[in-house]
Amino acid sequence: MLSAESLKKIDRELAKYPADQKQSAVMPALIIAQDEKGWLATETMNFVAQYLGMAPVAVYEVATFYNMYNLEPVGRNKISICTCLPCGLQGSLDAAEHLKARLGIDFNQTTADGKFTLKEGECMGACAMAPVVVVNDKKMYDYLSNAKIDALIDALSDQLGSR
Amino acid sequence: MLKIEIDGRQLEVPVGSTVMDATNQLGIYVPHFCYHRKLSIAANCRMCLVEVEKAPKPLPACATPVTDGMKVKTFSPVAKQAQNGVMEFLLINHPLDCPICDQGGECQLQDLAVGYGKGASRYQEEKRVVLAKDIGPLVAAEEMSRCIQCTRCVRFGQEIAGVMELGMVGRGEHAEIVAFVGKTVDSELSGNMIDLCPVGALTSKPFRYSARTWELARRKSVSPHDGLGSNLVVQVNQNRVMRVLPLENEAINECWLSDKDRFSYEGLNSPERLTQPMLKRAGQWEAVDWQVALEFVTGELRRIEAAHGGSAIGALATPHSTLEELSLLGRLARGLGSENVDFRLRQADFSADGKLAGAPWLGMPIAALSKLDRVLVIGAFLRKDHPLIAQRLRQIAKRRAQINILHSADDDLLMQIANRLIVPPLEIPVALASIRAGASGPAAAILESLKSGENKAILLGNFAQQHPQAVQIHALAQALAEATGATLGFLGEAANSVGGYLANCLPYGTQSSGGLNARSMLEQPRKAYVLLNAELELDCADPRAALGAMRGAELVVALSAFNHGAREYANVLLPIAPFTETAGTFVSTEGGVQSFHGCVRPAGEARPGWKVLRVLGSMLGLAGFGEESAEQVRDSCLAGKDVSAQLSNRAAVPIEGTAAAPKTAGGGLQRVADVPIYFADALVRRAPGLQQTKDAQPPRAGMNAKTLAALGISAGQPVRVRQGEGSVRLVAALDPGLPDQCVRVAAAHASTAGLGAMFSTLSVETLPVEQAA
Ligand code: SF4
Ligand code: FES
Ligand code: FES
Repeated sequence: MLSAESLKKIDRELAKYPADQKQSAVMPALIIAQDEKGWLATETMNFVAQYLGMAPVAVYEVATFYNMYNLEPVGRNKISICTCLPCGLQGSLDAAEHLKARLGIDFNQTTADGKFTLKEGECMGACAMAPVVVVNDKKMYDYLSNAKIDALIDALSDQLGSR
Repeated sequence: MLKIEIDGRQLEVPVGSTVMDATNQLGIYVPHFCYHRKLSIAANCRMCLVEVEKAPKPLPACATPVTDGMKVKTFSPVAKQAQNGVMEFLLINHPLDCPICDQGGECQLQDLAVGYGKGASRYQEEKRVVLAKDIGPLVAAEEMSRCIQCTRCVRFGQEIAGVMELGMVGRGEHAEIVAFVGKTVDSELSGNMIDLCPVGALTSKPFRYSARTWELARRKSVSPHDGLGSNLVVQVNQNRVMRVLPLENEAINECWLSDKDRFSYEGLNSPERLTQPMLKRAGQWEAVDWQVALEFVTGELRRIEAAHGGSAIGALATPHSTLEELSLLGRLARGLGSENVDFRLRQADFSADGKLAGAPWLGMPIAALSKLDRVLVIGAFLRKDHPLIAQRLRQIAKRRAQINILHSADDDLLMQIANRLIVPPLEIPVALASIRAGASGPAAAILESLKSGENKAILLGNFAQQHPQAVQIHALAQALAEATGATLGFLGEAANSVGGYLANCLPYGTQSSGGLNARSMLEQPRKAYVLLNAELELDCADPRAALGAMRGAELVVALSAFNHGAREYANVLLPIAPFTETAGTFVSTEGGVQSFHGCVRPAGEARPGWKVLRVLGSMLGLAGFGEESAEQVRDSCLAGKDVSAQLSNRAAVPIEGTAAAPKTAGGGLQRVADVPIYFADALVRRAPGLQQTKDAQPPRAGMNAKTLAALGISAGQPVRVRQGEGSVRLVAALDPGLPDQCVRVAAAHASTAGLGAMFSTLSVETLPVEQAA
């Protein structure tokens, strides 16, 4: 179900925990699965559950708890913007509006070309640097003015274009 | 011990107790939802907040450990304010639909809202809506907006049922209880979630909207199914059993019931109930009155006795019959000069008859199972045959008891298994001998395990007791128990597996010269049979032999609560009452004598079986049928006798040389015959809810991948299964837990009754395409 490479990565995570507590590795295992597949389909979660000897619904609990797990297909760049109160007070709601206008989509939507998905994020622990976004749950961009947002979108677009 | 003061009362509690434990000990009620004494502590509802001196905020009683000198107030203004506050929050999203809620009147939230809630809500905004879920035929999750996320149902699955089928997904306001995408709740203990759910989110599918709790009269009763003898509250409205709930008995079923015990009541109201005596005249069934039916029966029995002698008559009962019925059936047969009476219908090996020191039983109280630290279970489909005994073993397995298995199917028992030895059925005696010898591999490990513990038991399951070499298995297990200091126990298949012995419903007895046992009675056909509760083609070790004997008999009298297969071969059907409609007694597998009264009047013309037998006895002019009540019948079996003295698992049988390889004639495939949980007796077969579960799917021909490949069969393909003279069509299935060269073909089902004995060799062929269609 997952590639040998992903399984190797999961095994490396598993090695960090006692053999009878494989479920401790569920969060990294889901991240690895999502990195490979782009999102977590039911079969993917089922596979992870089997691989870790967990009840499928227990994996589902974890996957639905955290925003970072995609339970539906997303665009190649998932942009999550923090709209929690501290960020909101510092202009992140305006930044979000700008993002929406620039991409032509609303929250939880994907651009027609499949390049971008826009998400509302929860506090990313970077309130002082608001507005902040995280791209594909991995890389954070802060102090986002509208200009910086446009530059970011252009850069991300170019990256994809060149592939 | 720690000193604690609660509401001004002093108390000492052991280290590790919570404040909730302490209040329970004092009988002080602290409101709670998520706390349940059998489940782990979640502390997520916050209803149990209490004031603790020196703590800055109220603390949850269920999760706060007692410290020495702690002072707790459970209904001080601070505590009360906290509890009221939590209640207000809980009600924010709870629908105000008590009038149409099935839980109304027995809802913890409703009750506590009266004590801790406000008269009106201050919440004006929209309430959240949670969509209904379909999680199977027994538990309804239709109104999930009512859920208060206490997670009792989730923890029950994880901790008691051993399988997490429900989980709480999402977060915060979006949290909801679901089964995994496309899955249902299939545990054989699932109904307990309905009891645990403190609100009307999980309700009983078969029961919902059929009655209000306050309309129901409550009657105590005892489960007629497995040997555990679960205590029941049978709830009745207008002479109809509406629902069955557990009656808490820590020593037996704790606060649980298996789904079989809980939902089988639906069969009581089945359209297949026999409600009138029926007589076959010139090939046609006619409803007749009791007098006519009974005169016919007595006349015919006398005629056959005169013509062929009493020994031409055989009497067979299921072990689900009451002690009183079994006792009177034995007396009736003996009164007619026949010793041919038996209740051990699925047993195949009777060579220990007369050599047993007493009635085979669990060997210990049921509660003592929870204290074991080493167990060997031999030949048991444990979860399905004994759901609550499996549950007890699951709990001790978590506490590091070692559970060892010797069986012919490696079914998932949902508990940690220390060692398993899975062998074809006919090799079980050899495998047991190898354990005793400490041979090697798992056999050696099992012996080591048994040697190492303090409290240990060897338990013989239904499969071991039904085995054609059951007595050898018994003898070997006895020797192994002696060698390791373990207690030997028999898991009672049915409610009266012990009671039948005490009732002397046996072909051998103290004063008797010996008659034919359940097997010989069918292999050496009799002229007449009296059947008590038995659907022979489903309840017997060898349905083919049974049907042959019935078809050849001159007279078959069937006493039954149901209008069943006996219509084909019987001459007369006498409607008798199931357990809810008669007084009676079951003697559980631990030797507990549990008498019960009828809960409702018998349906139609049906009458309690003991009364019918007593009248038959009197009409036949036999002695010993003078009892006026079920209690008197029971007392005549048991009064003045020490029941525990009549229980023994000792058998004076030698161990034969078992080193020889088992004889699998012609290297055929061996049949692994389980008795599926919802086909095991007449009542469950007719309970519609249970019949819709996964466990009630029609039997298939299960084989492991290697066996399938060797036969060139793929799973899902229709096949013909031949066993001796018999053959049936089934669908092949992958069953990875089976040993090589074995085929699981369930017994107790009409589709496999054509095959004959439960233990046998058989062959499996693919069907030509045109036949398969
Ligand atoms: S469904 Fe019932 S038992 Fe389960 S979490 Fe909700 S309220 Fe608790
Ligand atoms: S509130 Fe946005 S990062 Fe903390
Ligand atoms: S009962 Fe204590 S928090 Fe729920």
